[in-house]
Amino acid sequence: MNTLEKLEDNKLANNEQKKADKQANSNRDENVKISVRNLNFYYGGHQALFDNNLEIYDGKVTAVIGPSGCGKSTHLRTYNRIFELYKDQKASGEIILDGQNLLSKSIDPLELRRKVGMIFQKPTPFPMSVFDNVAYGMKLHYKYSKEEVAQRVEKALKSAALWDEVKDKLSKPGMALSGGQQQRLCIARAIAIEPDVLLMDEPTSAIDPVGTLKIENLIEELKEKFTIVIVTHNMQQAARVSDYTAFFYQGKIVEYDRTDDMFTNPKQKQTEDYITGRFG
Amino acid sequence: MNTITIRRNTNNIVKLLSFLATVLGIAFLIWILYTVIQMGSSVLKPSFLTSPTKPYGIPDGGIANAILGTAYITLMASLIGMPLGLLAGVYLSEFGSRSKLGNAIRFSANVMMGLPSIIVGLFVYSVVVITTKHFSGFAGSISLAIIMFPVVARTTEDMLAMVPNALREASLALGMPRWRATLDIIFRSAKSGLITGILLSIARVSGETAPLLFTALWSDNWVTLNSFFTQPTANLTVTITEYATNSPFAAIQNRAWGAALLITVAILILNIIVRAIFKEKK
Repeated sequence: MNTLEKLEDNKLANNEQKKADKQANSNRDENVKISVRNLNFYYGGHQALFDNNLEIYDGKVTAVIGPSGCGKSTHLRTYNRIFELYKDQKASGEIILDGQNLLSKSIDPLELRRKVGMIFQKPTPFPMSVFDNVAYGMKLHYKYSKEEVAQRVEKALKSAALWDEVKDKLSKPGMALSGGQQQRLCIARAIAIEPDVLLMDEPTSAIDPVGTLKIENLIEELKEKFTIVIVTHNMQQAARVSDYTAFFYQGKIVEYDRTDDMFTNPKQKQTEDYITGRFG
Repeated sequence: MNTITIRRNTNNIVKLLSFLATVLGIAFLIWILYTVIQMGSSVLKPSFLTSPTKPYGIPDGGIANAILGTAYITLMASLIGMPLGLLAGVYLSEFGSRSKLGNAIRFSANVMMGLPSIIVGLFVYSVVVITTKHFSGFAGSISLAIIMFPVVARTTEDMLAMVPNALREASLALGMPRWRATLDIIFRSAKSGLITGILLSIARVSGETAPLLFTALWSDNWVTLNSFFTQPTANLTVTITEYATNSPFAAIQNRAWGAALLITVAILILNIIVRAIFKEKK
C-alpha cells in the first residue's frame, strides 16, 4: 500500500466516524414532540390512512411528501382534529402530543388548536383589517390590554416577515394584500396565539415564486420557536426546508428518515422512484 | 343548405326570439310604471302624504295613516320573521346541511315559498283573528312574517353556503368555537348577501295584500301602539284594494293610484339600495 492509498483509506474511515457521530448526536438532542401510533383514517366507509406510525421531533421541520391522494393532507389534518368539522370523517389510533393522546374525547379541541396552529393551501384572511386578523385569535385566547395587543400584533407580523410591508396599512382589509402577503398574514395570525406546533398544508402551492421564497425563508426562522410539519408536493421544497421527510403512498408511510439521507440514499424502491420523478 | 348555414340561421333565430322576449318583459315593466306614474302623480300632493284616509264623501283624504300602518306592520313582521329566518338559514347551512331534519326543513321552506299568500292570510285569520276576536295590525305582521321566513331562511342558507369551507376551517383551526366562527367570520364574509336577502324579503312582503285583508283589515284611524295589537290597522295595500274596487268615485280611485305609486317607488328604491350594496362588494 502506498502513501496515497493510505491517505485515502484514512479519509474514508474518518467519514464513517463522522457519520456515526452525527447519528449519535441526532438521537441525543432530538426530543419527540408528536408520536403517531397506528393511525387509521376513514372518509365514511373509505379508509384513507393505514396504520401510520411517525415521530415528529421537537423544533424540527418535518416534510410530508407523496403523490396526490396519498393521504398526506389527511394525515396532517388529524393533528389538530380539524377533520371533525365533517361528520363522516373518523380517525382511530393515537397521536401523543406532550404525553396526551390528542384524539381522546377528553382533550378540548379548542385548547388543542391553540397549541397546534395551521396554515392552509389557500390564504384565508378573515374579512377584517390586517390588524384585526392578527389580533382576533389572540383576543380569543388571552386577555391582553389594548397596548399589549398592539405590541403583540407587531411582534407577530415581524416574526412573519410582513411588518415592513403592512405597517402603513394595518387598517386596510386583509383581503387587499397580495396572495403571498395574505399567506404570511395567516402565519402571523397563527403564531400570534403562541402555538407549539405549526401545521402547513401546501402553504405555497397557491403563491407565486417570490412569495414562495419568502415563506420558505420564514420557515427556516420559525423552526427556532416552533415544531413545523409541512405537507408539500414540491420535492425541492421538502429538500430545501425540512430536517425530516416522510414519504406517503396510498395511505401508508413508506419511508421516514432524515431529509438528507432520504434524498441521497432512499431505502425503498418506491421512494426512489418518486423522488427521482418516475411517478407521482 | 350546408350544416354551417343551418347552425348560423338557428343561432340567429334563437337570438332574435330571446331578444324579443326580453324586450316584451321590459316593455310591460315600463308600461306598468308609466300607468302608475300617470294615474298616481295627479293626487300626489304634500297633503296626500300627510293627512289620513277619510270616509267616502269627505274631501281631501290622504294616505298618511296607511303609510304609518304599513311601516308598523312591516317592521313587526321583520322583527319576527328575520331572526327566525336567519337562524333557520344558519342551521340549514352550518349544522344540518345533510341531516334528515335539515332536508325536511329545506323542503318545507321551499313549499312555504310557493304557498299562495291568501292561504297564509286565511290561516292567521283562523288561528289569531278568530281566537283573539279582533282584527289587528299585529295579526297582519304574523302573516307577513310567515311569508318572510322561508325567503330569509333560504337566502341565508344560500349566502352562507357560498362562503368557502376554507374560511370555516381557518376559523376553527385558530381555536374558535363554532358559534363564534359563524357569527364573527362566516356572517361577516356573507354580510352583503345577507342584507340583500333581508331587504328583498321586506320588499316582497311590503307589497302583499291578501294576507292583510284577513288580518289587519283597514281603518281610517291612525295606528297607535295599543291599537296595533287590538284593532284593524290602516295599511297601503288593503287601502288600494278598497279604494280601487269598492268605490264608485273617481276621486277615491285616484287615491288608490297615488298609494300604488308610493309603494312602487318605495320598492324600487329598496331594490336600488340592494344593487348598490352588491356593487360595493365587487
